[in-house]
Amino acid sequence: MVKKIEHLEMVGITKRFPGVLSNNNVNIQIKTGEVLAILGENGAGKTTLMNILYGLYKPDAGKILLNGKQVSINSPKEAIALGIGMVHQHFMLVPTLTVCENVILGLSKSFIVDIKTATQRIREITDTYGLAINPDAYVWQLSVGEQQRVEIIKALYRGANLLILDEPTAVLTPQESKELIQLLRNMSAQGNSIIIISHKLHEVMSLSDRVTVLRDGEVCADVCTRETSQDALAQLMVGREMAPCQREGTFSPGKAVLELQEVYSQGDKGTEALTGVSLTIREGEILGIAGVSGNGQKELAEVIAGLRKLSKGKISLNGKESTKMSPANIIEQGLGYIPEDRLRVGTIPSFSIWENLILKDHHQRPFAKHLLLQNRVIMSHSSSLVEKYGIKTPTLETPTSSLSGGNIQRVILAREITRSPVALVAAYPTRGLDIGATEYLHSKLLEARSNGIGVLLISEDLEELMSLCDNIAVLYEGRVMKVIPVEEANERVLGLLMAGIAEQAS
Amino acid sequence: MDGIINSEIMIIILAAGIRLATPYLLAALGEMFVQRSGVYNLGVEGIMMMGAFSGFYATLQLGSPLLGIAVSLVVGALMGLLMALVSVTFKAEQGISGIGLYMFGWGLSGLLFRLYVGGITSVEGLKAVKVPLLSSIPFLGPVLFDHNGLVYTAFLLVPVTGFILFKSSWGLNVRAVGNKPEAADTLGVSVVLIRYQCLIVGGMLAALAGAFLTIGQANMYADNITAGRGFIAIALVYFGRWSPWGILLGSLLFSLADSFQSMVQVLGINFPYELAVVLPYMVTIIALAISYGRVWAPAALGKPFQRGTRG
Repeated sequence: MVKKIEHLEMVGITKRFPGVLSNNNVNIQIKTGEVLAILGENGAGKTTLMNILYGLYKPDAGKILLNGKQVSINSPKEAIALGIGMVHQHFMLVPTLTVCENVILGLSKSFIVDIKTATQRIREITDTYGLAINPDAYVWQLSVGEQQRVEIIKALYRGANLLILDEPTAVLTPQESKELIQLLRNMSAQGNSIIIISHKLHEVMSLSDRVTVLRDGEVCADVCTRETSQDALAQLMVGREMAPCQREGTFSPGKAVLELQEVYSQGDKGTEALTGVSLTIREGEILGIAGVSGNGQKELAEVIAGLRKLSKGKISLNGKESTKMSPANIIEQGLGYIPEDRLRVGTIPSFSIWENLILKDHHQRPFAKHLLLQNRVIMSHSSSLVEKYGIKTPTLETPTSSLSGGNIQRVILAREITRSPVALVAAYPTRGLDIGATEYLHSKLLEARSNGIGVLLISEDLEELMSLCDNIAVLYEGRVMKVIPVEEANERVLGLLMAGIAEQAS
Repeated sequence: MDGIINSEIMIIILAAGIRLATPYLLAALGEMFVQRSGVYNLGVEGIMMMGAFSGFYATLQLGSPLLGIAVSLVVGALMGLLMALVSVTFKAEQGISGIGLYMFGWGLSGLLFRLYVGGITSVEGLKAVKVPLLSSIPFLGPVLFDHNGLVYTAFLLVPVTGFILFKSSWGLNVRAVGNKPEAADTLGVSVVLIRYQCLIVGGMLAALAGAFLTIGQANMYADNITAGRGFIAIALVYFGRWSPWGILLGSLLFSLADSFQSMVQVLGINFPYELAVVLPYMVTIIALAISYGRVWAPAALGKPFQRGTRG
C-alpha cells in the first residue's frame, strides 16, 4: 500500500548534462495538500528537476527526503510505488486503447484482464474528483483536455498522492485550462500534493500556494503566492525588468496588401472549414484573428499561403489575384508565413540552421549562381542573421530540431522578415514560448508593422491580440463574426463573439 | 455451366476451400501478433519453407507426423528468434531483414533437402479425422468436419487468438507496444520482451503453416512448395485489419476462389482457365482496394523502439 506523502524535500540537487549545468544545488519542498509551482523560462531546469524526482534521471549530487527519510528513486516504477505520479507534457497514452485499458496497462497480474473491476475503480476516482470521463471511450476519440484527465486518472489509479504536472496547460484551450485549474484545486483540497511546472504567470498566481522560481538551473526565489505579484515573479524569472510590448501611434489605413473575398474551403475531414471569409489587411496594420482554435484558423492560414485549395472565393495579394497561385508564386509575390507547427512546417527539422535560413531563396542570387550554392555568401548571410536575431545555437551546422521552441521561431522570423514581405501571416507565433521569447516576438511583429508590412496574427491569447493589433476579427465556425477596432475590444466582447454570440456583443 | 455444379461438386469445392485456408490462417494469425506488436516480418515465407522442410524431414525420419509438427514448431520459434534478434535487438530495418530471412529460409531449406533427401519422397502425413456426429450432417458434415487436425487447429485459433489479443493482459500489452511503445515503457511493460514473444509465436505459426503443406496436404516436399503463400498471408493481415475474424474472412475468400479455380481446371468447366488461375489474386487485390480507407494499422508498425534520450 502506498504511504501518504506528508512532506517531500529535494536537497542540494545538482545535475549536469554534457556542456550544461541543468540543476545547480536546487532545494525544493512540499507538504500535503499544497500546490507548489515551479516557475522558470524554457531551459531553466524545471523539467530536469522533476524527471529526477520521477526517477527518469539520476542526480549527480543531492538527496530526496520523503517524510523525513532519505529515499532513492531509480525508475518511474519506484516513484509510483512511493506515491509519486507524473503527467508528462507529451501524453503517454495509447490512442487505440480505451480509457480503462490505458489506465490498467502494465498492472494486470492475471491472464485475463478484469475490465469490470477496473472500470468500477476508475468510476470511484472520477466521482471523487469530478473528472468527467467515460472509461469505455477510446483515447483517440477524446479531446486533448480529456486525454490529460486520463493521465491524471492513471496516476491516481496507481495510488499517487503527489502529482507532478509538466506544463499542463500548454496544449489546452483557455476553457480547458480553467477546468484543469479547478480540478487541481479540488484535488489539493482533498489532501493531495501537486507540483506544477509552468511559465505562465497568471496560472501560477491563481493555482499555487507557493512558488519556487528557477533561473539558469538555480533557485532564485521561494515565495508564498499570496505575498508576491505577477510582475515580481516575471522579474525573478527573467532576471530583468519586463517592458510590455504595446503598439504605438494610431493606425492610418494604407493600401490593401492582402484581401480575402468570400473564401470557402474544406478542412481535412472534408467538412466546410471556412464559410465565406472576407478580410482586408492593409499596409502597416496588424489584424488579429481571435477564436477558439479549430474554428478555421489553420485553414485560413493555409489558403492564404496557397497550401490549401479554395472551393469558392478570391484572394488577392499585393493587388494581384493569388487564388490559384502555387505556394512558390505566392512567396514570390511577397507573402511571409509563420506556420502553426513551427518545427515541422516552419522548418525542415533535420536541416541545419543555415539551410533553413535560405530555404525560400536558395535557388536565386546571391545564394545560388549557375546551379551552384554560394557557400561563402550563404554563411556570412546566415551568421549575420543568427547574430541579429539572437538565435542561440552552438554552430550554423546545428540541426534546427535541436533548438528550443523560441530559437526555432527566431530562425523562422529571421527568414521571413529579411525577405521583406508585403504581408505576413503568423499563426500562433508565441504558443508555448516563454515570456522572454514572447516579448521578442512581439517586438518583431510591431517592427514589421512600422515597416509597413501587413500582418495577420492568429492567436488564442486575447491579451496578446489586444496589445498588438489594430483590428481584431473573431472567427467562429469558419466565418468572421465581426471585425472590431482594438479600441472597442475587451475580453467580454471578444469572448461572446468567440462563443458565436453576436447580438449582445455589439 | 449449370447442371454441372451440383451439390457434390459444391461439397468438393467448399471442403477444399476450407482445407486450403489452413496455411493462410496459421501464418496470418501469427503475423497478426507480430504486427500488432509493431514489427512486420516479411520473412514469413522463409519460415514457412523451413517449417515445411523440417516437418517433412522429421516425419520421414521419425515416422510420426506429430513429431514432425513438434520439430517444425521448434524450427519456427528459432527463425522467429533470429528475426527478433536482427530487428528488435539490433534494430535493423524490418523490411530488409524480413526479405533476408525469407531468402535465408528458402536457401537453407532447399540446401538441406538436397543434402539429406535429394529426390521426391513421400511420407505418411496427417490423416483426416471425422468429427463424430457432426461429420454426418448432410452437406455441412463433409465440408466442415472431415479434415486433419491442423485444419481444425487453424480454425480454432481464430477465436482463441481473438480472446488472447482483446481480453488477456498479454494481448493488451501487445496492442499497447504496437501503438505507442513509449507509453507502454513508462508503465513497466517491456517493449523488447513483448516483441520477442510475438515474433517467436509468429514464427511457430508460420512454420506450422509450412508443415501443413508437406505433412498435412501434399505428403511430400518440393523446392518452393510454399509458392508465395507467406506473402499472401501478410497481405491478409492487412486485409483483415489486424483482427482474427478479418483474417478468417480474407483467408476463406482467397482459398475458396483458389479451390474454385482448381476445380474449373480439373472438371473442365466452361470457364476460361487463364482467368480462373488469376481469380484468387484478383479477388485479393479488389478486396484490398475496396477495404482500404480508415486503416487501423498499429501506429508503431515498422519502427524500432529506442528509449527516449531527450534531455
